Order: sequence, then structure tokens, then C-alpha cells
Amino acid sequence: MLYREAGQFKTSYGADQAIFPIRQDRIALLLFALVAVLGVPALASNYFLETIFVPFLVFALAALGLNILTGYCGQLSLGTGGFMACGAFFSYKLATGFPELHIVLVFLLAGLGTAAVGVLFGLPSLRIKGFYLAVATLAAQFFLVWVFNKFPWWTNYSPSGVISAPPREVLPGLAVTGAGGDPAVKYLFLLVFVAVLALVAKNLVRSRIGRTWMAIRDMDIAAEIIGIRPLWAKLSAFAVSSFYIGIAGALWAFVYTGSVEALAFQIDRSFQVLFMVIIGGLGSILGSFLGAAFIVLLPILLNNAPSLLGLHISVETVAHLEFMVFGALIVFFLIVEPHGLARLWQIGKEKLRLWPFPY
Amino acid sequence: MTFKRIGLAAAAAVVLAGSFAAAGPVAAQEQFVPLLVYRTGPYAPSGIPLADGFNDFMQLINLRDGGVNGVKFAWEECETQYNNDRGVECYERLKAKGEAGASVVNPYSTGITYALIERATNDKVPVLSMGYGRADASDGTVFPYVFTMPITYWAGADVMVQYAKKESGGSLEGKKIALVYHDSAYGKEPIATLERLAKEEGFQFSTYPVAHPGLEQKATWLQIGRQLRPDWVFMWGWGVMNSTAIKEAAAVGFPMEKFVGIWWSGAEADVTPAGDAAKGYKSLNITGVGTSAPIFKDIEKMHADGKGVADKANIGTVLYNRALVNAFYYTEAIRIAQGEFGKKPLTGEQVQWGMDRLDITQEMIDKAGMTGLMSPVKITCADHEGGGSAVVQQWDGTKWAAITDFIAPRRDALRPAYEASAAQYAKEKGIEPRSCS
Repeated sequence: MLYREAGQFKTSYGADQAIFPIRQDRIALLLFALVAVLGVPALASNYFLETIFVPFLVFALAALGLNILTGYCGQLSLGTGGFMACGAFFSYKLATGFPELHIVLVFLLAGLGTAAVGVLFGLPSLRIKGFYLAVATLAAQFFLVWVFNKFPWWTNYSPSGVISAPPREVLPGLAVTGAGGDPAVKYLFLLVFVAVLALVAKNLVRSRIGRTWMAIRDMDIAAEIIGIRPLWAKLSAFAVSSFYIGIAGALWAFVYTGSVEALAFQIDRSFQVLFMVIIGGLGSILGSFLGAAFIVLLPILLNNAPSLLGLHISVETVAHLEFMVFGALIVFFLIVEPHGLARLWQIGKEKLRLWPFPY
Repeated sequence: MTFKRIGLAAAAAVVLAGSFAAAGPVAAQEQFVPLLVYRTGPYAPSGIPLADGFNDFMQLINLRDGGVNGVKFAWEECETQYNNDRGVECYERLKAKGEAGASVVNPYSTGITYALIERATNDKVPVLSMGYGRADASDGTVFPYVFTMPITYWAGADVMVQYAKKESGGSLEGKKIALVYHDSAYGKEPIATLERLAKEEGFQFSTYPVAHPGLEQKATWLQIGRQLRPDWVFMWGWGVMNSTAIKEAAAVGFPMEKFVGIWWSGAEADVTPAGDAAKGYKSLNITGVGTSAPIFKDIEKMHADGKGVADKANIGTVLYNRALVNAFYYTEAIRIAQGEFGKKPLTGEQVQWGMDRLDITQEMIDKAGMTGLMSPVKITCADHEGGGSAVVQQWDGTKWAAITDFIAPRRDALRPAYEASAAQYAKEKGIEPRSCS
């Protein structure tokens, strides 16, 4: 009843190829954007902005990058932590080496650097597939973290090996890095940045390149036979994915934590992003966001829940409960919908089309 | 659906079966202290006595003295699991609680400390990183809100070298010293200082990084024990790396008397897993060990009344005592600040004022019943380290015992090093160092 496109006629190719062709979708998106841009900074406390929304956006970007590689191109990668470290350290060297460079340019250049590194570590994908490729990308993870740990040049010879983000402004007077930044400014900067990059990602996966990736994922031998070059497809997937993940790493170090050591990008980080992509939904842009929200925010919610409900439980019990409930929810969601939260959303939309009828 | 009902019942049972926290909602006239603890996770054996020490000391001050000049402590624990992200989230959650906000934050993790330095400085909450964190934060002009008393890692390295020198008959010329360190910010801290001392004292210095978490040390110790055969091995380890190192050292037959760990490698949790092999192992300590100090009579009485929080077995252990001293530092800082700002709950900025003027003499230590637990400390606006010392203790198989007095590090060379490193940080961050006149 509500979600029908009856009466909506497209009169141009552009309108027909829009990402959100249905008017109801566009209205919902507009409302959502208004809430996100105007409502959240006005109503949310600094705690929410700094520790809930900022890490959510950063990890959504990382999940987006990994989804392009694993979800759309089918190349399983466990090197996400290493690529995030690349992004963080490249942007640190650029920001400290070229202080006049605008911070957005620093992030983009760091992303390009990470893309180059990603292409290098993606070369084994031309010969090996599946779990074996995962092991090869594991080499990327350990090697990159080792490089940043071992060579003091990366940390400007600091005695402890910790890099600290220098304060930078996106527009004169609006600092986004360093603790001096206003949380609302950081949040809006990240929102715009991630929205633009998500739009680019969505268009990439809808385009010819995206279709070559999906062809490689579905049946790479058949793809090669019909003329798709596996070299270009796989390496471009690695490049674009590492670009996104590198920028996410740079944002994590600069905008979220402010200071980071190479140890923060261990294998756990790679697994965390992989779980976001799996739970959110492989091969779905929305899935990256849903998965990031699930993995990043749910533990915080579970941790805070007892005090919000007014229960006085010791912190150990809360920590144990959090693990148990989180694990149980992961198992539950994967049993109920193995294709992830994005598929649940899709099913919801399909049901909404028929509402109020059940079928 | 029975599945749902079983799940709900199980969750309710766990919630009811769990123990209840000591802290409740914060009432008026209470000084709030956020406690970032790790009672779960891989570092729990170290985190639990630390957390208990804080709880017990503040509980003692509240019950025995009625608080600091009538202002009682209120505290809330937050589980960080030794994870940097969680530490930041816990800090953000708790920093505004209480009448005047958080008084002080003690992260007990070098990683979390680094992550919190900027935020806490911005929020005007002092960070008390007692014997950990960044050593160059001892320069109070660049780090007004970070306190590293009583001693930093660089000074600790100096103390170790002094001890080794004394034990080697007064000279280290030609001797070999190896450093086994956790390959992280924490472990790398002493390297520059030890390299400088190697040049000055004439010993040969080699470094052996151990990748986190430190379970893979066989190759390292084979190299040390068979190839290098150093005269002394210093260790900067944490968590399971410590006990693994001791086991491996024993396996290659390295003499335990020549093996000295830093104060985070010298707790009961580090030596008990190694069993008999750990006898004779030495470490530094910045606080006294054991229950001989007079304050323990009060603590034991509090436990007898049922008001204590700690597990009885943990009282008097290395990390429990360290937390007692840590709590004592900020209690005295609050006392000093109350003299200036009035006997009411103080903001973080006011507590920082008190910390800048912290002067703990031996008489104050004796009066508080902490004799033997700590060395005197004097903080100034520019010196946030306080001139404290460290003692060398040895494990005899059942307990730790101090084998030297408090050894003072030679700070003439250390102070310029702190200032140079802090100046580089200030330049990178665009911080204007405050003037201390």
C-alpha cells in the first residue's frame, strides 16, 4: 500500500538509473539525512558523538572497503588491520612532513598509497583462491604491522613508537583532528566524507567494474572465458578496497583515537572488520553500515545496559554477560539469516511492498 | 517459543547470581573517581589486585577518616579489558559523573594512557600514570595534566644499570647486558636510555623484541642463553610474557640472580606460573611489598568488619600495594587542593592544582601509616616525576622481598632527555608549553 511505485514514471535515462528510483525511498533518505546532519549534532551528547557515532562511521568505511573485496569480488582478505595501519602511518608521515597540506588531501593521498600496497599484496590472488588467499593476505597483515613497528622512521623516531595526530582543520576554525576538535565538527566531517565515499562505492559496484568483480566472484573461469581480464579485475578490487580501508585507518588514528601504535592494528582488527562484513551482508553497501553498527555499537550498548536499567552488577559480570549475549546474537542472526542483516532489510522492504497483506 | 523462554531465564539467572558493585549513585559532597579496571581478559590476574587496591584504599578513607576533610570518595568501575578503544569509551562515559566531574584518571595501561592524554588535557582531568605511560610527560610544562610519579621507565633503566654495576663490583666495562622487551610502546621506552648508558658505562647492549603477546620466546632465549651469554638480562614484559620469559630462561639455564625485570614484570602473577624455576628472579619495585606497614592493621580491621572489597589473598601483594600508593597520591593532592579551594568536591582542574604542589615527605608517609611502602615524592609545576626511587626485590619461591634500599636514579642526564622529547611532542602538536615561575 505505501511502498508501491504506481504512478512514478521515469522520463529520462538518468532518472531510470538512479540509485534510489522509488520516490518513497528518496523521501526516507532525505528524512534520514536531515536527522543525521541536523538532529544528531543538536541532540546527541558529546559522549554519543565521540564514542558512538565517530567509531561507527570509521568502521563503516573499513567494512565498505572489505565488502568490495570480499563481498563483491570474492577475494577473502585478512589483511585489513595491516592496510588500516598503512593508512594511519602514511597520513601521519604526510601530515608531519607537509604541514601545509589540507587534511582531506592527506587522507586521500594516504588512501592512494595504501591502494598501491594493496595491489602489491593482491598479486597472489592471481594464482590462489579462497582460504589459501586468506593466508596470503595474513602475510600482509603481519608484515605491515612489523614494518611500522620495526622502523622508527615511521614514527618520526619517537622513543615509544606511538604516533600522535597533529591538529588540523578542515575549514579555518574547524579542527577535526586532535582532542581540541569539537565532537560535532568531527562527526559532521566524517558523515560527509563517508557519505561521499559510500556513494562512490555504490556507483562503482553498479558499473562495469563492479560487474567484472561480481563475475569473478561468481565463477572466475567463466568470467575469463567471456573476456573479463582477471588480473585487472582482482587487482582493481584490491586497489579500491585498500584505498577505502587505508582512509578508514587514517580516520581512526586521526579523528577517533588521536594517537595510535602499530599494535592497535593486530589480527583482531582484521577479524573484527571481516565479522562486520559477514554479519552485515556480503556484497551489500548497506550491509557494511549495518554490520559496523552491530559489531561496534552493540557491545557498548550491552555494557551500558545494566546501568541504564538501574541494575547494580559488578563490572566483571557485565563484561562476561556482554560476551555471552554478543556471541549468542551473532549465532542467532547467522542462523536466522545467513546472508546477513542487509538481506533482512531487503526482506523487510519486500514485505512492506505487500503490506498490509501477508503475501 | 521455549528457546526464547530458556534464553530469558538464563540471562535472568546470570544477572541475579552476579555479585553487586560497591558503588551506587553519587550523592552530594562526594569526590568522584572513575576507575578504569580490567577484571576480565588476559591481564585480569594483574588487573584484579590493582582494582581492589583502589577500592580498599578509598573505602578505608571513607570509613576510617570520613573522607578527605569530610568529603567522601565515590567511585565507579568500568571494564576496559586492557583494550584502548574500551578505555577511551569508559573515560568518556565516566568523565562527567559526580558533582564536580572526574577528579583523576588512572588508566593502568600505556596504550590507554596515550589515547587519553589529549582528551584528558582538553577536559582538564589529571592523568596519573604512576610508573608507566610516556616518560617525557615528566615535563610538566608540555604535559600539565599528566603525572608520572614516582619514577619513569627511563629512570628505572638507570636504576637497573646502577644495581647491575654495584653487583658487578663497581664497573660494567666490557660486560654484556641484554634487554628482552615487549614489542610495543611500553617495551621500547627504555632503549634510548640504555643505549646512552651503554656508551657511558662501557657495556655491550643488545635488544631482543618479543612480539605480542609474548608466548613465543624459545628462539630469543636460545640466542641469549647459548650465543650471547650476557652478564645481565633486563626485561620489560607484561602479562604472560613475564612468566614465559622466566620459564624459557630457566630452560636455557640462565641464572635467575642476573635476571632483573621492570616493576611491571615483578608481581606474583608473573612468577607463580613458572613455579620453582622463578626462584631468585629479581625485579624493580616502586612500592614496598608485604603487610608490615601500619596501614594494613586498619585495612585488615576493615575486612574483618566485612567492608573490604579485595580478596584476602591479594592484600599485601605487589600490585595491590601499588594501587594503595597510587590512591594515596591523589588523596593527598585532593587534600592540598582543598586547602586552596575549600572543603568541597573539587573539579579536575582544582585537583591538578593540588597535584602540581604535591610534596610527600617521610613524615607524611609515616603519619599515614605507609612506612616502607613508598619513597618521598615532590612534584612541581615543571617536574611531574617527583624524584622518586625504585627498590630491587627478589622472589624466594613464596614471596617477594626487597634486597636493597630505595635506589635513586641519576636524573641529571634524564631530565634533559625528557625535555627534548617533550619539546618534539609540543612542536608536532602545536602546543605552547606553559610557564612555570
